Amino acid sequence: MHEVRATMAGSVWRVEVKVGDTVEIDQEVVVIESMKMEIPILTEKAGRIKALHVAAGDFIDEGDLLVTIE
Amino acid sequence: MTFRDVFQNRVDKIKQGGQEKYHESNKSKGKLFVRERLQLLLDDGVDVEDAFFANCMAEDLPADGVVTGIGKINGQTVCVMANDSTVKAGSWGKRTVEKILRIQETAIKLEVPFIYLVDSAGARITDQIEMFPNRRGAGRIFYNQIKMSGRVPQVCLLFGPSAAGGAYIPAFCDVVIMVEGNASMYLGSPRMAEKVIGEKVSLEEMGGAKMHCSVSGVGDVLANNEQEAISYAQHYLSYFPANFRGKAPAQASKAVKASGRTIREIIPESPNTPFNMYALIDKVIDENSFCEIKKYFAQELITGLARIDGKVIGIIANQPLVKGGVLFTDSADKAAKFIQLCDAFHIPLLFLTDVPGFMIGTKVERQGIIRHGAKMLSAMTEATVPKISVIVRKAYGAGLYAMAGPAFEPDCVLAFPNAQIAVMGPEAAVNAVYANRIAALPEDERIRFIEEKHREYQEEIDIYRLASEMIVDDIIDPDQLREQLVKRYAAYEMKNITFTERKHGVYPV
Repeated sequence: MHEVRATMAGSVWRVEVKVGDTVEIDQEVVVIESMKMEIPILTEKAGRIKALHVAAGDFIDEGDLLVTIE
Repeated sequence: MTFRDVFQNRVDKIKQGGQEKYHESNKSKGKLFVRERLQLLLDDGVDVEDAFFANCMAEDLPADGVVTGIGKINGQTVCVMANDSTVKAGSWGKRTVEKILRIQETAIKLEVPFIYLVDSAGARITDQIEMFPNRRGAGRIFYNQIKMSGRVPQVCLLFGPSAAGGAYIPAFCDVVIMVEGNASMYLGSPRMAEKVIGEKVSLEEMGGAKMHCSVSGVGDVLANNEQEAISYAQHYLSYFPANFRGKAPAQASKAVKASGRTIREIIPESPNTPFNMYALIDKVIDENSFCEIKKYFAQELITGLARIDGKVIGIIANQPLVKGGVLFTDSADKAAKFIQLCDAFHIPLLFLTDVPGFMIGTKVERQGIIRHGAKMLSAMTEATVPKISVIVRKAYGAGLYAMAGPAFEPDCVLAFPNAQIAVMGPEAAVNAVYANRIAALPEDERIRFIEEKHREYQEEIDIYRLASEMIVDDIIDPDQLREQLVKRYAAYEMKNITFTERKHGVYPV
């Protein structure tokens, strides 16, 4: 099990994956918007998306859980 | 036995270091013997060694657990001190400390770089009165280090533990190279932490190389093994003069990396889309000349030494790929130390700016982002080496100031044709000024209104307008950047100024 977390505070701009998708290492799964910049959030491990914990528009804090991969 | 035999026996014994079992245990961890390390580090090993016989009347303390001497790296004379962890775990007794003090004092007299090869459990508690509190006790090592700082380069190679008070040796060095898996730094061991505060933690988690090089920032360079750590130190020193009186020797100029996209192609159209700043750096510097410092720490800002036309420069660059290139407490701190390092040894600075500003919010305010940002501004302001500021894409808010903006006397501010300099970006600015009016407008008029104000704002901050007002000194074709930098650093080479007369500033630390 691998948890993908927010690298900084901001809001969710795009969620790029669905539950059940398989992902590679370093794949973009969520894009955060903060300080008017797009912040891509990448996976550190390959696997299958087990759960999405955020949706576009949600405000998030640094360290918040975004996606769970199994 | 003849006198000659007695002498030879003693020499051989001291050269061997501690007991065989400790050599074996070190070997199993991938650790080299102290004399092997010095052989690898120095051009011809230690040329001059004093106090080889220190504590030789004791049975089991050869050289009192430390080798000190003078040798050469890349032909440059250096002083070294190297703990021997096969002797009482590299712990410090009275003579160990005295040896370290004397070689530091030699480095001060000779004005040559100092390399600390650290692998030590800390003080010998049984010897504390002789080595801890007195005028020439361990505290004096740090006193000397602080005095040496900025006069000669100080490099720490951390091969094993650097515990308790000993952990301050790395703290006062210019750069700390840590070997993954073996190197550690901590004030109180995990065992002590469990006793005092009930914390259960591994040494690696609490003070390991990876932690210090990516989280605390006390470590600068993470090496896979001792050989790699030693080569880094040799390479690093090639960017420095022997002391603050000189400049690092230039090397033959090399062309930039030939492959890859042009700078125009690297920078995306939209100011909000990330790109990799390393690709741009590659297109400016001599191929393979980048010597990065703090690669894994506060990655939203890149700091490293490089060569342009064979001459050494220090690069401070925002990295839009990480956290949007926004400045945080750690990145400001990282920049401050790097700028001071370069300024101390006459290394000109290059600021590559693409920064949306400093981070906002409660979390960073509680961390003291204003204080940390002030530290970066202060170091950048006081730096009197040639400073070139390049606005690659955007410089918003205090980000412009921190990256050597026009008010801070850089030798020049160059902008790319799509650069934006402003208090804040267009979207944020329109919202800040017209939020109430936008809210009062009927919904179908809002978008048109926002777009119009957006356009007006873009016109106001147009880079040609800023050049017309002489706020930027030149607008340049991105793919001419290297050529510009070569000419400008050559033009500014004779710069030799003092910031201001006073005892010293009151640093906003």
